[in-house]
Amino acid sequence: MTDCKSLIQELAEKYGRERSSLLPILQGVVSANHYVSDTCMTDIAKELDLSAAQVYGTATFYSFLDTEPRGEYVIRVCKTITCDMHGKKTIVQTLEDMLKIKVGETTPNKKFTLLETNCLGWCHEGPAMLINDTPYSGLTSEKVHDIISEYIQK
Amino acid sequence: MANKINLTIDGINISVDEGATILEAARQLNIHIPTLCYHEDLCVAGNCRVCVVEQEKVKNLPASCATPAAEGMVIHTNSMKVRMARKHIVELLLSEHNADCTKCYKNGNCELQGLASQMLTGDHLFLDLVPGKKYTIDMFNTAIIKDDSRCIRCQRCVRTCEELQSVSALGVAYKGDKMKISTFHEHPLFEVVCTNCGQCVNRCPTGALIERNYIDQVWDAIYDSTKHVVVQTAPAVRVALGEALGMATGKIVTGKMVAALKRLGFSSVLDTDFTADLTIIEEGHELLTRLKRALVDKDPTVTLPMATSCSPGWIKFIEHTFPEFLPNLSTCKSPQQMFGALAKTYYAQKRKLDPKNVVSVSIMPCTAKKFEANRPEMRSSGYKDVDYVLTTRELGIMIKQAGLEFDELPDEKFDSFMGTSSGAAVIFGSTGGVMEAALRTAYEIVTGREVPFDGLNITPVRGTEGEVREATIKIEKVKPEWSFLEGVELKCAVANGLAHAKTVMQNVRDGKANYHFIEVMACPGGCLGGGGQPIPTNKEIRTKRKMAIYEEDMGMPIRKSHENPEIAEIYKEFLEKPLGHKSHELLHTHYTARKRY
Repeated sequence: MTDCKSLIQELAEKYGRERSSLLPILQGVVSANHYVSDTCMTDIAKELDLSAAQVYGTATFYSFLDTEPRGEYVIRVCKTITCDMHGKKTIVQTLEDMLKIKVGETTPNKKFTLLETNCLGWCHEGPAMLINDTPYSGLTSEKVHDIISEYIQK
Repeated sequence: MANKINLTIDGINISVDEGATILEAARQLNIHIPTLCYHEDLCVAGNCRVCVVEQEKVKNLPASCATPAAEGMVIHTNSMKVRMARKHIVELLLSEHNADCTKCYKNGNCELQGLASQMLTGDHLFLDLVPGKKYTIDMFNTAIIKDDSRCIRCQRCVRTCEELQSVSALGVAYKGDKMKISTFHEHPLFEVVCTNCGQCVNRCPTGALIERNYIDQVWDAIYDSTKHVVVQTAPAVRVALGEALGMATGKIVTGKMVAALKRLGFSSVLDTDFTADLTIIEEGHELLTRLKRALVDKDPTVTLPMATSCSPGWIKFIEHTFPEFLPNLSTCKSPQQMFGALAKTYYAQKRKLDPKNVVSVSIMPCTAKKFEANRPEMRSSGYKDVDYVLTTRELGIMIKQAGLEFDELPDEKFDSFMGTSSGAAVIFGSTGGVMEAALRTAYEIVTGREVPFDGLNITPVRGTEGEVREATIKIEKVKPEWSFLEGVELKCAVANGLAHAKTVMQNVRDGKANYHFIEVMACPGGCLGGGGQPIPTNKEIRTKRKMAIYEEDMGMPIRKSHENPEIAEIYKEFLEKPLGHKSHELLHTHYTARKRY
C-alpha cells in the first residue's frame, strides 16, 4: 500500500485542489490502494480544505469507491435480473467454492474480494462479472474456473 | 432595472423580476405553496418535491422552488393533479419517517406534521418502511440530539452547516434508499467538528435534529425545597420568547418573562445582562492592556487582534479550525459562565446560602451554551457553575406547562443583586453589540468622554447579516495615563455566522487585514438568530428581533456598562479590580485546541 499523504499530494498536484478534484483524487487512491481508508479521507479533506464529512459523503455515494479494505483483484458479479435468470447463482457458488470466501469477503492473502454489483450492461451476454476493470461475460462454471485459475497464478 | 417576466398563476396575471421562481411569484400573490426542503436562508435544493405545481403544456410537475418563472407560463397551484401529487409525496416521505408524533419533542411544532394534517394523509397507500430500517439515534451530545428515524433527508441541515457556518459537520452519505445525513463515518456529534451552534436545529422541519432538553431536571430542582434555584436570562431571549408563545415577532417581553419565571417557582430571577456588563469591564481592560503591551512595552508575545469569547459556537469553531489563534481569544468567560461562577460564590455568600444547595439555571437563545456549561473548565466555583441551560424554546414549553397566560402577565422587575444591567448589555444579543458596548466603555476609560456618536449609537459597528463589518474609531485627546493611545485608530471587525468568521480569520492569517479587535457571533444576526431561538427563523424575523434589541437599549436608563451600580458594587465588595486575582480565578478561562479531522 502506498503512503496516503504523499499519494494524495501527488494526485492533488495533478488534478488540482478544487472541490471538483475530489472525485479523481478518490479514484486515484482506490486504484493505488484498492480502497480509501479513514485516515486517507481526512488527509484528502485537509489537502482540499473540505470537511471530512464531505469527503465521506462522496466516497460512500459511489459503490466503486471502496471504503473497506479490498483485495488486489475485486470481483463484482452482476446481480441484476437478467444475469440472475441466466444463472448468476451458480457463478457466485463457483467463485465462493474456489476462493473459499462468501460475497462481501476478502481472501486471507488479500488477493481477491468477492462482491455483487448492479447492472454491468452485459445483459445480452449474462451472466457477467467484472474483475477490477475487465469484464467477463457469457459465464459458466467452467469458464469461471479457468479465469480464476489464471488470476491465482498471477 | 431587471427585466420583467409575465406569467399567470391560478388565473391571475403577475409580472415578476427575471430570475424569480414560481414559488416567489406565487408568494407575491399571497398564494401559499407548501414547502419542506426550501428555506429562505439557504440555496435551493429542490429535493423534497412538495412544492410541485402544474404548468400548462408541460407533462411533468415542476418544483416551484427550483423553477424560474418564464414568459407566458400558465401555472396552476391547486389543481387535482397537483393536490394528489403533493399528498402522495408527503405520504411517501411519511412511509420512511418514524411518525410516533406523541413521543416526539417537535410534536405540535413540526413542518412535516403540519403538512400531513393539512393534506389529510392516512390512506395507507404506501408500506410503512420504518420497522425494517436500522436508524441511528445519536444521544451522546449534551446539546443536540440527532434522530435519523425522523429525518426526511431534505438536507436543510447540510446546507445550513455548509453555507451559513462553513463547518460541514453534517454531510450526505450513501445513496438511494440508504442515503442518510451523516457526520464523518457516522461518528457521534460530540466527536466531530460540530460547534453545537444549533442552526440546523432551527431549520430542521421534523424532529430529526433537536436540542437536548433539561426541562424535567429544572422542574425537579424547582420542586426540591432544599434547593435555591437562581435563573439568569440572556439578552436575546427577551425579544424572541413571545414568538414561542403566540405573540408577534420582535415584541420586547422582558417584564412578562420575569413575571413568568417568578411564577414558575425560581427562587431568584436574575439577569445575564449583569454579567454582560461585567464582561465589558473585564474584556475592555483586557483589550487596553494588550494594546499597552503591544504599543508601549513592545512585548512580542502579546497577541492582537483580540477576539471576543462570548459565543461558545465560535469558541469551538476556532478550537477546531484555527487553533493557532487561540491566544487571540479574550480570556474572559462568556456572560453565562461568569454569572454561574458568581452565583455559587459572591451571590451565595451575600445571600448566606451554601453553594451546594444553589442550582444555577440559564435561559439562552443558544444550544452551544449547553455544551459550554458542561466544559470541564467551567467549575471554578468548586461546583458546576451553570447546572442547566434551557433554550428560549424550552422556557416557552415550561410556561405552557405551567398554564400561564403569557401575554396577560404583568411586567415585573428582575430581582437584585445581579439583576441590574445597562443598555450596553442588552445589545450583546445582536451582532456588533459586544463591540459597541466595549467601545462605549473603553473609549470613556481612555478619554474621559463619551463615544463621539449621536445618542451613544455606534452604528458603524452594528453588524449586518451576510457581511463582515469593518470600522475604525480614532482615539483623540486621551487622559495622560493613556497617552500611548493618542491618535491611535482602533480597527475593528464584526462578523456573524461562522462562514464570515472564517473569512475574517483567513484574512488575519494571510496578513490581508490588520485589526485590533474582532467580534464574532456564531449565528446569523448574532444571538438573536441563535440556535435556541423560536422556530421558524428567517431574515425578516431576525431583523425584527434586532430592532427590538436596539429599542430596548434606547429605553434603558443606563446605557454604559461601567455605569451599572451593581458592577461598581461587586468590584468594591468582592472582585476588587478588573483583571484582579479573583477575576482571574472566576471570570477568565483558557481554551483547548481540537482536531479538525
